[in-house]
Amino acid sequence: MISSNLSAIFYLISGILFILALRGLSSPDTSRQGNYFGIAGMIIAIVVTFLSVGNFSNSLVYVVIFLLVGGAIGAFIAFRIPMTAMPELVAGFHSLVGLAAVFVAIAAFLNPEAFNLGIVGGIKLASLIEMSIGAAVGAITFSGSIIAFLKLRGIMSGSPITFGGQHFLNLTLGIGIFVLIYYLCITQSANIFWTVIMISFIVGVLLIIPIGGADMPVVISMLNSYSGWAAAGIGFTLENTALIITGALVGSSGAILSYIMCKAMNRSFVSVILGGFGADSSSDTTKEKKDQKPVKSGNAEDAAFLMKNASSVIIVPGYGMAVAQAQHALREMVDKLKKNDIKVTYAIHPVAGRMPGHMNVLLAEANVPYDEVFELEDINNDFANSDVAFVIGANDVTNPVAKTDPKSPIFGMPVLDVEKCKSVLFVKRSLSPGYAGIDNELFYKDNTLMLFADAKKMTEDIVKNLE
Amino acid sequence: MEIDPFIFRLSIFILSIFIGYYVVWSVTPSLHTPLMSVTNAISSVIIVGAIIAALAGSSESVFDVSSIFGFLAIVLAAINIFGGFLVTQRMLQMYKKKKDKKK
Repeated sequence: MISSNLSAIFYLISGILFILALRGLSSPDTSRQGNYFGIAGMIIAIVVTFLSVGNFSNSLVYVVIFLLVGGAIGAFIAFRIPMTAMPELVAGFHSLVGLAAVFVAIAAFLNPEAFNLGIVGGIKLASLIEMSIGAAVGAITFSGSIIAFLKLRGIMSGSPITFGGQHFLNLTLGIGIFVLIYYLCITQSANIFWTVIMISFIVGVLLIIPIGGADMPVVISMLNSYSGWAAAGIGFTLENTALIITGALVGSSGAILSYIMCKAMNRSFVSVILGGFGADSSSDTTKEKKDQKPVKSGNAEDAAFLMKNASSVIIVPGYGMAVAQAQHALREMVDKLKKNDIKVTYAIHPVAGRMPGHMNVLLAEANVPYDEVFELEDINNDFANSDVAFVIGANDVTNPVAKTDPKSPIFGMPVLDVEKCKSVLFVKRSLSPGYAGIDNELFYKDNTLMLFADAKKMTEDIVKNLE
Repeated sequence: MEIDPFIFRLSIFILSIFIGYYVVWSVTPSLHTPLMSVTNAISSVIIVGAIIAALAGSSESVFDVSSIFGFLAIVLAAINIFGGFLVTQRMLQMYKKKKDKKK
């Protein structure tokens, strides 16, 4: 058994190690070391907890068993998960953090003596507020992440679910939670505590169902943030520095990512949360345009010819590449091009894919060196000097309408200036619009060649034609 | 008058938000996915609360109502800790520079 002062120092150290873990991610070179700092911080926190409780009875054996069972499941998932499923995995993990926060809060409520928070029916006021906020945020994180997981996994439709009075209902429930917490503090009633948790589960579901599939980068970041705040709430209850520091770090990290994602879509955070994007933007003019305008379409042979004769090619990957699992074929194609002394770079829009940095991970998986991959602002000027832009699975993020048509729902969104390239190859299954529900002008430009096919199949065919 | 310990914890909390703010802005965008998975793993430090709750059962009754919730939380958090760190590690291994690749 170690003194609580000593254990507090160790918790502080583990908090600092977590900060260093995030700091390491500022460059891929230091990132692996950063991850080890994180692991070290976690080990310190767990060992110190064992020592400070100092109970080495049967319970300890069971704790270790449960820890290893969970660890084995986690390790199994981590090794088996394909990189394309990373968004679902992260959403699933968020839900576990949320539920763990709820369970810890419940345990603390049922047995406050174990945590030094008073006795049953006489829990310290501050602790009661902290644990109910922790439980409520945790419950919202849990059910919200489950919905996000189902949507990303495709089990639930990605289209927004909206109904009349939705915002009013959410607001009422939100206020209800605070009122109930107030009464909980007066009465210490267990029933009110359970009700708070139940309502929070419902709020989580209601918050996420109106948000459409392509707004998922924001949702995942937001739930990331929530899981942090839930951890911090529990950290205050348990008076644990490691948890408070970590909760604050994760909370602000998720908030920043949400902000970056919203900015990359030129949407306000509020409008994403209120949801329903794309539902009202299907103006009939776009349909007419589609019938009138001619589209040039080509095959793999044309594409291979164009690229062979180019001196520089920029690849623009998007979610469609992830769906088709085309990243390895793409890499093969790029290898062929490089053999012909063609300069190839990758351009990534911040919201390409279903979570922040999704495309970067997939390209890294396909062994694409990270110094060939560029972010929007670093590469956008290069399109004008390049011969071919190869758009694979991206759509709205290349739409020039965002710069020209103030009436368009995506007006003002930063887009990749693909149309400035001498020629554009656009791999797509059909002319159907992207998630924003708007037509892409790029399809009808004179210098665009549409390649109608599955991304993976088309890329493989191009590889064959490059022989 | 003595300062309530809560104020100290609040100070730590607020300062950590600022640290988080500056640290996360310096994360390179290409590592945003590993950032999410590692924040996931570290937020599972909530396992310390779960362990305290689980160890609170007496030696005669290891599983009482409150410790069961502790044990369940241990499993959930452990999935996250192992899964989160390992998947982050797996992703980070894939980020390679051009030079490493060719020679």
